[in-house]
Amino acid sequence: MIVLLAVAVGVSLGLVLQPTVPLDLQPYLPIAVVAALDALFGGVRAWLEHIFDDRVFVVSFVANVLVASLIVYVGDKLGVGGQLSTSIVVVLGIRIFSNAAAIRRRVFRA
Amino acid sequence: MTPDEATGATGAEEPLRQRLTRALFARPGRAQLGVAALCGLLAFALVTQVRTTAAGSGTLASARPDDLVSILADLSGRADRLRSQVADLQRSEALLTNGSTRDSAALAQARSRAQTLGILTGTLAARGPGVVLTIQDPQLQVRSDIVLNAIEELRDAGAEAMQIAGTGGVVRIVTSTAVGDLGSRITVDGVALTAPLRLVAIGDSRTLSTALSFPGGAVDAVDAAPGAHAIVTASPAVSVTALRALAAPRYASPAPAPTP
Repeated sequence: MIVLLAVAVGVSLGLVLQPTVPLDLQPYLPIAVVAALDALFGGVRAWLEHIFDDRVFVVSFVANVLVASLIVYVGDKLGVGGQLSTSIVVVLGIRIFSNAAAIRRRVFRA
Repeated sequence: MTPDEATGATGAEEPLRQRLTRALFARPGRAQLGVAALCGLLAFALVTQVRTTAAGSGTLASARPDDLVSILADLSGRADRLRSQVADLQRSEALLTNGSTRDSAALAQARSRAQTLGILTGTLAARGPGVVLTIQDPQLQVRSDIVLNAIEELRDAGAEAMQIAGTGGVVRIVTSTAVGDLGSRITVDGVALTAPLRLVAIGDSRTLSTALSFPGGAVDAVDAAPGAHAIVTASPAVSVTALRALAAPRYASPAPAPTP
């Protein structure tokens, strides 16, 4: 319940405040969002498999976001930021997909 | 998402819906706060990112330097291609314009030359200032040498087109025109003409009338013949309408232009 509330608050905050992303953060925000989505799907899957743990979720969430942003940052410094962010999106997309497949199997038993 | 669910002690056989309902309405624990905060943060970031992307300000402003460089290279390459295309087209346009002006100039020149030659050779009718020499000769005393003399005087005075008319026909007078006698009548290029004769010449009318009427000139010569009388009339506009068929030369052909 409190999670849904928090999501609602976050969405309305984003809509109401209309924040502009700082220029320095612009390359990292999409990657961070994708990484967080990956963590979220992982959490849902873990919950369905009865191995969900708050601490693990929080840590994996934060670590995912940080590592993804760090990789993009390093890539930018090396001049391969575009390619690295593409590769991160690909890897995280694959993980999200496999998590979604596992969730589907749990929910629909198919 | 309660902590006790994570142990999986009871959930194995419990239906999913029941479990979800229980998770939703369970009393929020302290541990849930962190999860909720992260999910809220995610929602916030997601909305922000979607808004940024949808606003379109992200197309170039948020692009990476590498992407910008490649976009720039693309654009400048395209600009180069377009520029060379423009140059090509401009060159061909200039070529075509040049060609057409040269063609039309050559055409106009050829046309005016054809007109000049047509007037000189008698294949075109002509009009302009000039004189009319009328010869009244009821007793048919005027001979061909007098008419020929009048024609020569007019030629010397710069007549550009001439014709002679009488009872019997109209003849254009050109370089090859021959004048002769046939009995008491005059033949011009084989056409027998009887007085009154009417000689029309186009040229400077004052010069032409002077050439005919000076003392001892053509007019005097006609007047000397018994019963004959000549009148010169200068006019700002006379027409020479008689035409002459042009025969292609049988023996002469154009010689190649001498090379310097």
